[in-house]
Amino acid sequence: MEFLSQPLTLLTFFPLLGVLALAFIPSERKNLLRWTALVTTLVTFGLSLWVLSMFNASDPTLQLGKAYDWITVAGWNIQYHLGVDGLSILLVLLTGFLTPISILSTWTAVEERVKDFMMFFLLLEVGMMGVFLAQDLFLFYIFWEFTLVPMYFLIGIWGGPRRIYAAVKFFLYTMAGSILMLLAILFVAIQAGTFSVPGLIAKLPELYASGAIDPQTQIWLFLAFTAAFAIKVPMWPLHSWLPDAHVEAPTAGSVILAGVLLKMGTYGFLRFNIPLFPQAAVQMAPWIALFATIGIIYGAAVSYAQSDVKKLVAYSSVSHLGFVMLGMFALNEQGIVGAILQMINHGLSTGALFLLIGMIYEQTHTRTISVYGGLWKITPIFGTIMLIASLSSMGLPGLNGFVGEFTILLGAFGSQAIGSPWYAGISAAGVIMAAVYILYMFQKMFLGPTGSIVEEVKHHGHALRDLNWREILTVLPLLIFIFWIGLYPKPFFDLMAPTVKALVSALPLP
Amino acid sequence: METHGFAFLAPWLVFAPLAGLLLNILLGGWFMKQPWGERAIGAIAATASGAAFIVSVLLAYTVFAGHGEVARWTLGQWIYIGDLKLDWTFRLDSLSTTMMLVVSGVGTLIHIYAIGYMHEDVRFKNDIPRYQRFFVFLNLFIAAMMILVSGDSYMMLFVGWEGVGLCSFLLIGFWYDMDTLGRSSWANSNAAKKAFITNRIGDFGFLIAGFLMFWQLGSVHSFQFDQVFAAAPAIAESNPVIIVLITLFMLIGVAGKSAQIPLYVWLPDAMAGPTPVSALIHAATMVTAGVYLITRSAPLYTLVPEAQYIVAMTGAVTALFAATIAVGQYDIKKVLAYSTISQLGFMVAAVGMGAYVAGMFHLITHAFFKALLFLSAGSVILGLERGHHHLAHHGHGHGGHHEEVFDPGDMRNMGGLRKTMPVTFWLYMIGTLALAGIFPFAGFWSKDEILLDAAKLYPQVYALLAIAAFFTAFYMGRQIWMVFFGEARHEAAAHAVESPAVMTVPLMVLAALSMLGGALNLPAVHTLGHWLEHTVKVVEHEAHVAPWLELSWGGFNPYVALISTVAALAAIFISWWIYGRNPLKAGQPDPLKKPLGLAFTGMENKWFVDEGYWFVIVDRYVDISRFLADKIDWEFWHDFVHDKVIAGTYNWLSHIALNEVADQKGIDAFANFLGKATQWLSGTTRKFQNGFVRSYALSVFLGVVIILGYLLLK
Repeated sequence: MEFLSQPLTLLTFFPLLGVLALAFIPSERKNLLRWTALVTTLVTFGLSLWVLSMFNASDPTLQLGKAYDWITVAGWNIQYHLGVDGLSILLVLLTGFLTPISILSTWTAVEERVKDFMMFFLLLEVGMMGVFLAQDLFLFYIFWEFTLVPMYFLIGIWGGPRRIYAAVKFFLYTMAGSILMLLAILFVAIQAGTFSVPGLIAKLPELYASGAIDPQTQIWLFLAFTAAFAIKVPMWPLHSWLPDAHVEAPTAGSVILAGVLLKMGTYGFLRFNIPLFPQAAVQMAPWIALFATIGIIYGAAVSYAQSDVKKLVAYSSVSHLGFVMLGMFALNEQGIVGAILQMINHGLSTGALFLLIGMIYEQTHTRTISVYGGLWKITPIFGTIMLIASLSSMGLPGLNGFVGEFTILLGAFGSQAIGSPWYAGISAAGVIMAAVYILYMFQKMFLGPTGSIVEEVKHHGHALRDLNWREILTVLPLLIFIFWIGLYPKPFFDLMAPTVKALVSALPLP
Repeated sequence: METHGFAFLAPWLVFAPLAGLLLNILLGGWFMKQPWGERAIGAIAATASGAAFIVSVLLAYTVFAGHGEVARWTLGQWIYIGDLKLDWTFRLDSLSTTMMLVVSGVGTLIHIYAIGYMHEDVRFKNDIPRYQRFFVFLNLFIAAMMILVSGDSYMMLFVGWEGVGLCSFLLIGFWYDMDTLGRSSWANSNAAKKAFITNRIGDFGFLIAGFLMFWQLGSVHSFQFDQVFAAAPAIAESNPVIIVLITLFMLIGVAGKSAQIPLYVWLPDAMAGPTPVSALIHAATMVTAGVYLITRSAPLYTLVPEAQYIVAMTGAVTALFAATIAVGQYDIKKVLAYSTISQLGFMVAAVGMGAYVAGMFHLITHAFFKALLFLSAGSVILGLERGHHHLAHHGHGHGGHHEEVFDPGDMRNMGGLRKTMPVTFWLYMIGTLALAGIFPFAGFWSKDEILLDAAKLYPQVYALLAIAAFFTAFYMGRQIWMVFFGEARHEAAAHAVESPAVMTVPLMVLAALSMLGGALNLPAVHTLGHWLEHTVKVVEHEAHVAPWLELSWGGFNPYVALISTVAALAAIFISWWIYGRNPLKAGQPDPLKKPLGLAFTGMENKWFVDEGYWFVIVDRYVDISRFLADKIDWEFWHDFVHDKVIAGTYNWLSHIALNEVADQKGIDAFANFLGKATQWLSGTTRKFQNGFVRSYALSVFLGVVIILGYLLLK
């Protein structure tokens, strides 16, 4: 039972204590339930900071973890192995950071079945942490699939009018991709005799060299993993589940979905596709870059035509995640570091956008852009924070989004693996298109004449109010990081640079 | 000699205005509740900008004392990944400190003016609390502009570059809920959005230029100016296309920021911002950033004459094109806006030709006289507003006219203002003479330098610019006659009231600079030339010039000067003949309309460029994005492929085949659980599509079993 005292084990499973506590609290005591969940997630965030304090940034290898034999039958060696390195540390922190913020956003938004909601949310956090920390393919797969269940219920119970449809689609779409990955996992594990990720990284090159796994098979394995991760990201054209899920999910669900769950896909590419199948990764890089570029342009164009603000932000995610994929498969330091940073940035800026949209939705109960207008005058604080989040999302220099997008485009432009500057060149036009849809959204909601919704809300007896202290407190942490990363991203780069460097240097680049 | 002098103060170029805006954000709300609150806010903002000016002076002194040596001050690291190393480093040389002085000097004067201007503007627009926000944005602009001119790398410059774009957006859209006449409208916010997006197109060019620079200049992999410039000559030898591409992509950025063809269309609309904004951002400083960028990149442009020629022609064509449009405008600020585009064309042409000193010289004098003109125009507009207000309160005028919307910026409503607003009139005259290039005002000297260089280097550029200069004098003459002479064509003009000292005193300073600014770079002395020479090495072209151009009185050619002066005087005379001799009557169409016919309709309507862009680009983009969103993404991909084909097929298969064949007990227990659990938990009456999940899961599971079996048994 020694593994229980491992820091990463504590971090991953601590929210279960919260679930246990919640189970004993009567469902009528809503505020106690909320506080319990909030404190649990805050402690979890504290644990993630504790992990950070023990993390040695200059060491590119897996840290703070130890492998324990878990299931050993029929020659299959499945381990319980959690570990953290430069690829995952920031995502672990992001998960720890965004979960309490999401809980805080539900304070008055979720009134029904608060107990169940909080339990699912804490379970979801366990799954997400596990995904980012698991270093055994089998363990990873369990966490990966496990996250589906709480999210499925969060959308299906607390969602909008079409929540069942959206929840089922989310569940099945992801499942479909995961099945292919499961097959590939089994195949690789059988061939190499281990599920351990570091074990596979050590063992697979021999199999490639000896021809036990021929290059064609490696490509197929790469594609099988890609199926699972590309759906999760989602990469164009596998994004059809995302607008449904986002539009129907409750605010906190959208924040976590955009902020963390999508990153499980991009992280999967980084953790598995690239190091396990390096030749295939290099070979497929131009194709991934192609789809990423289409996603950037397509997502931005489609985003502009939306009349529902949540859908607009959902499609903008397709565009933003396209940038992440483009940078990652540049397969050079700038590209990958930019991609990881952009995962964080997207969590911050899109997280903030969803939070803010949720805050106004709570008052107006509509997401139709055209009924808004002139809000900046009525709700100046809300407008200003929305402006900052929007500018961060469209990559204004000095804010976080620019640092990520710029390094990604720079990396992709000079990438040997992609082999052509055209992808980055065309994707850079996505920066113009981002300005088009973001400014359209900001203008139509916050500038111009006062929209019809203001009168309508007044009609129901309460005037539109600006953000209250709890709401400001909910988004303020995100704003701090939006500025911090924009102006002084060095500490964040330092955390991942050595691992990324090691990852790149192991690649068989042309 | 001390190593860095005052270089350590460089970050305060940015921190001072940031401190000002933070103070005004935090305390502004409280200030606004005090009787002296507006003054306090304005004073804090102006002091912050003034502090930046003092720092600029000290930094310029540091460079001067160091005999033009570049001094640097690094605040910290920014982006470090592999080869990519970007710092927050301030670069102090004669070029950057010159820009700092212009920005913070003119900026501070405009801050002071704005204290008075905005006091009245917020009252006419009926929204006093917004006063605070104006000065926050204005300080933010100074901070961003300082980053732009002081950055030691292309990417730090770019931070300021987009930062000023943001401030431009915020300030054009300052009255975001109305149009320029104060009516509830989308117009101002549309103008703001247009400016930001057009600038982003330019920024795209800038970024591509940056990427090329980083990867293609050998193995330098840098954005730092000196490293880039050091690497460029070798590449210009081996692969000049790279340098041509870099400089031309950069030109796209310049066209966006400095409002050149084809991206100038945002600047006229930008006049929706309050007049101090038009003066500071859209005339004196921000729009000159492109000229600064080319001057800064002189070592790159000098390597590729082909690109230089394209830059020069872009500037020259813009100069003439915009000048023709200015002739057909009726809005006092629109005339100045097109004039600004035209004058920026002069500057871009100059730096394109490699006449960097002439370009910078014109940048400086233009900052003086165009700021003066805009602020005086603001004074005129407020004067009319005051007159209009006076009428409304005293029941003068005609009862029916109260409903009619009054446009205080329309020159057709003016006339005879030299009597009611004498101070403003004289200030405006000084600005006009400087802009028209009349001896000995500042514009004469700087424009003459550009024309002389053009005459020597590119005759076509010279021809275009000389004609543009003629038009310049003409439209300014037209404006003077229409605004200040003749009789008032509207009651408001008859009752116009002169502006207070807080507005006119800064104008007097600018007027003095517009008169004497030529002294900065007089022939034979060339103060500015020698100062900038420390940074910008001027390459003498050994062009073969006509004999009449060879005459040089200390770098001054009397023939060129004579031609321009005669042309300007002739243009003013013609403008008098048309607009001054028989002043316009109320309701009378422009006297040029008849003789010029269609050509004047073109000028009046800005040659329909906006309409063309709308039809060719904007509407098409909207169409495409709607088509992708509605037809492709939703109807086809979402509804048809996903819901009908995939889901429908599974449902059909499961009902026809699987339900009857497969054993449902064990296999889909999980799927059943999911469905049941949701039903139980949700407690809704909505019919849950059980079969949907079950059949999906079932078939997926069967598929796995089959494939797994195959793999294990093969």
